[in-house]
Amino acid sequence: MKVDLRKLSILVFALVFSFGMLFAQDHGQEHNGESTHEEQEGHEAEAGHDSGLSHSYCGGHEENGKYDPVTTVMEHIADANEFHVWKGVHLPLPVILYAPDHGWTTGLSSMFEHGHKAVDGYVLNHGRVNRVADPSFPKGEVHIDGILRQTEKVIGPSGKEEEMKEKDTFYACYEGELYKLDKPSTVDGGFLGGGITSFYDFSITKVVFSMIIASLLLIWLFLAVARGYKRNEGKAPSGVQSFMEVFFVFIRDEVTKPMIGEKHYERFQPFIMTLFFFIMFVNLLGLVPFFPGSGNITGNLAVTMTLAIFTFIVTNINGKKDYWEHIFWMPGIPAWVKIILTPVEILSLFIKPFSLMIRLFANISAGHIIILSLIGLVFLFGNNGESVGGAAGGAVIGGLFTAFMNLIELLVALLQAFIFAILSASYIGAAVEEHDHHEAHEGAH
Amino acid sequence: MTEVLFLADFSVIKPDPGLIFWTSIIFILVWFTLGRMAFGPIQNALKRREQDIQNSLDEARKARQEMANLKAENEELLKKAQEERAAILKEAKEAKTGIIEEARKQAKEEYRRIVTDAKEDIENQRMAMIIDLKNQLGIISIDIAEKILHKELKGDKDQEQFVKSLVDEIKLN
Repeated sequence: MKVDLRKLSILVFALVFSFGMLFAQDHGQEHNGESTHEEQEGHEAEAGHDSGLSHSYCGGHEENGKYDPVTTVMEHIADANEFHVWKGVHLPLPVILYAPDHGWTTGLSSMFEHGHKAVDGYVLNHGRVNRVADPSFPKGEVHIDGILRQTEKVIGPSGKEEEMKEKDTFYACYEGELYKLDKPSTVDGGFLGGGITSFYDFSITKVVFSMIIASLLLIWLFLAVARGYKRNEGKAPSGVQSFMEVFFVFIRDEVTKPMIGEKHYERFQPFIMTLFFFIMFVNLLGLVPFFPGSGNITGNLAVTMTLAIFTFIVTNINGKKDYWEHIFWMPGIPAWVKIILTPVEILSLFIKPFSLMIRLFANISAGHIIILSLIGLVFLFGNNGESVGGAAGGAVIGGLFTAFMNLIELLVALLQAFIFAILSASYIGAAVEEHDHHEAHEGAH
Repeated sequence: MTEVLFLADFSVIKPDPGLIFWTSIIFILVWFTLGRMAFGPIQNALKRREQDIQNSLDEARKARQEMANLKAENEELLKKAQEERAAILKEAKEAKTGIIEEARKQAKEEYRRIVTDAKEDIENQRMAMIIDLKNQLGIISIDIAEKILHKELKGDKDQEQFVKSLVDEIKLN
């Protein structure tokens, strides 16, 4: 599937480029000489109504109607500060922004008018809040002419030609000037192309909003189930209670009890159950293709990282003497092996939650990417609206494949929740396990 | 051309501190709400129910066991009763035969006694008869002798005495 996608993307990029070039020639678009290659992207609405100068930067329409599958997919799986409900209808979400040199800025994302307005230097760039770090940019509410995307080649640290990377940089156009936009800070330390920028975004984003919806649904459902147990005390379960009991008993008998052990399992059961049902609910909500679903919640590394950190904390604050002994000084093996084994064990302490984080993130984001790519076939085969027959063919093929993928994703949504829960339970189980005799482990390790 | 693929911002891999913050808050809230209000009570309710079911099963098994015990006991009792009946019957039979035997013995004895008595009576009567007969015979003999003698020896006292002594000497044995 991946190879096909790449081939298709290349094909479409070729098409898009030739199309875009023609369009650009028609408009006599100026190219920015500073970057080796540049692309411009104007906002759909009446850009460049302020001055003629800004028009040359921001008023371009050359990308309108052009389908860029990768960017589209990435924008769909990305977090956003507004929730796209329907064609042009967006649910405004609260924004809570913090810049160390400016303080807090709060409001609703509708105040940015989809990228046409800057508030205290913040603008909405493709659904996400960006900030103009330049202190000369006016504070308060100002109209901007648009947002410009420039693709620049960044030369790697070794300076070799092969290591040049292309990077998108966005500029806000205001009164003929270009102001560089900062993305929200991320805590990847720059390894994944992010890093600490001039501001932090603590908004209720699309992902947070979806998570709240899923959590409320989960709480509502389980309170109903708990009420059922109170009402039907001493009687057979009924309705939603018997439906959820299957899952509850399954997790209890297949995950918490065997993994943590008869003695301790009840203490950790709420945590494991919350992990399982929370992940399952957000996964399932993410599969719903319309509002309030479609959010790529566990396909966002920040979410899975948080969940994995919870598992890490719960595991290690409950680590018994035996657990730490097995990590730092494994009993029953020769001393020179211990010297090798101890660093490995200490590493595994961090690799375990790391693998939890990556597994869930990769599975869910991959599922979203595949489904969005399959839907994208409609636009690819339809040749950007030129070929209705192609679009119909794409719709049939893409629709069938999407239906199939959705079934697989349904399985993945449940399976990944189960895997996250069972692995967390097994880590906790290893931490609280008490060994009666260490001799028995000699053969095992 | 392939470099174009990297154009798009794969933003989901960059962990946003805001998202981490909100995920933590939401997860902790869900955890504590559900742990306190749902998962804990459900776990307890399930445990109670399982215990109830286990207890009911145990009780049923116990009742069955008791019933089996009772049945065995009843059978034992019945067997005992039957045995006792048989013993009683046997005893009764024995008693019956004993009584009959005794009665027979007693009857026999009685009969023997009666017979003996009768024999004695007969003997006594026979003796009396014989004595009587002897007396009569004596008288008759005397009479005869008297008559004969009378004929021969008319009134001879000495002779009469002699005959009488002779009659006395005759003993009917």
